[in-house]
Amino acid sequence: MIEKMTKKFKDTDMQAVIGWILRAGVLVSMSVIFIGGVIYLYRHGYTHVDYSKFVGVPDFVSNPAGIIHGIITLRGRAIIQAGIVLLIATPVIRVVFSAIGFIMEKDFLYTGITMLVLLIILASMISGHAG
Amino acid sequence: MSVTILTLIILVGSYLAGLLGSLTGLGGGVVIIPLLTILLGVDIQYAIGASLVSVIATSSGSAAAYVKEGITNIRLGMFLEIATTIGAMVGALIAVYIPTNFIAILFGVILILSAVMSLKKKAEHIHQQKSVLAEKLKLNGSFPTPAGAVPYTVRNVGGGFFMMLFAGVISGLLGIGSGALKVLAMDGIMRIPFKVSTTTSNFMIGVTAAASAVVYLQRGYIDPGLSMPVAIGVLLGALSGSKILVHTSSSGWLRVVFAVVVTFLASQMIYKGITGNI
Repeated sequence: MIEKMTKKFKDTDMQAVIGWILRAGVLVSMSVIFIGGVIYLYRHGYTHVDYSKFVGVPDFVSNPAGIIHGIITLRGRAIIQAGIVLLIATPVIRVVFSAIGFIMEKDFLYTGITMLVLLIILASMISGHAG
Repeated sequence: MSVTILTLIILVGSYLAGLLGSLTGLGGGVVIIPLLTILLGVDIQYAIGASLVSVIATSSGSAAAYVKEGITNIRLGMFLEIATTIGAMVGALIAVYIPTNFIAILFGVILILSAVMSLKKKAEHIHQQKSVLAEKLKLNGSFPTPAGAVPYTVRNVGGGFFMMLFAGVISGLLGIGSGALKVLAMDGIMRIPFKVSTTTSNFMIGVTAAASAVVYLQRGYIDPGLSMPVAIGVLLGALSGSKILVHTSSSGWLRVVFAVVVTFLASQMIYKGITGNI
């Protein structure tokens, strides 16, 4: 009991932090996607689109450099894509903060488990790039 | 079709998909893919990418609320995420080598399974048996009820973990949250209280989807013009759904209607997959 009471960082604190990160991440990324969407519709509202054949995505949103350049030049789809990247990052950031939380709780077993999950996501990112 | 018209159609359709997915607990992904592919003729690869994005948005949004209430078992979720992320990575990597008509058939089968599962009666079981592995991994927990915290134990950790690997592969392959399979693993195999299973499953879906989304993002499956209305629509629909859910206690008839619709969509997917029309 004494040990429990002296613990500075508890599971309930971690729940509050994780909840906040998820909420903020969704709010921020969806706002970015929305802003990008408005610009995209404004600029390309009457353009003809066809998604019936898979040809990948336009070049300027297929790599980080292109997306950054697109944001600077206010291209709607580049801004949307940046929002999507932020959205995908949200649960990953949640995992990072869980790892920090487990370290603060001195729960080394779960620090290890959380790190492993991060490594798997990293491996997935790299293998996607290679393929 | 012009960008504006297509965006509006997808926005409305995604809203309805998110609403129904939230009310029935199936998730928006299982409706949005048939909607895009069968009704709007979108290539299934783009549909999978857009669906994944919406899955991350809705699961993260609702997980935020559940985590704060203290129902979600974070340790259990973290531990099982090892299995679901490995599965999701494998699913996304092999998706490239699997013919799209096979993916459509598989999607239809999983869709029917999910519909059947959503109709099943939910029996709340709370166990107190001890499992050595669950104890070592600190998986046992408690959840808050109006009558106070209810403790529960976790059984068959190995079986649940294996099922989660499979759920991860399906999620990565089809671009859905595969919440039905996750609940099946936790509720059916590990014997965790239903409330904890559903919220913990939801908590894991975002990370699982992110693990395959990083692959799809680099392969051009995630088109911004298509994903934008899908993500916004599904998220708003899911938010409305959760508001309605608080006010209505019985949604039995809705589940039946939804199961019929989903089964119809599933058979369409299977038919198109077999005839090579996808």
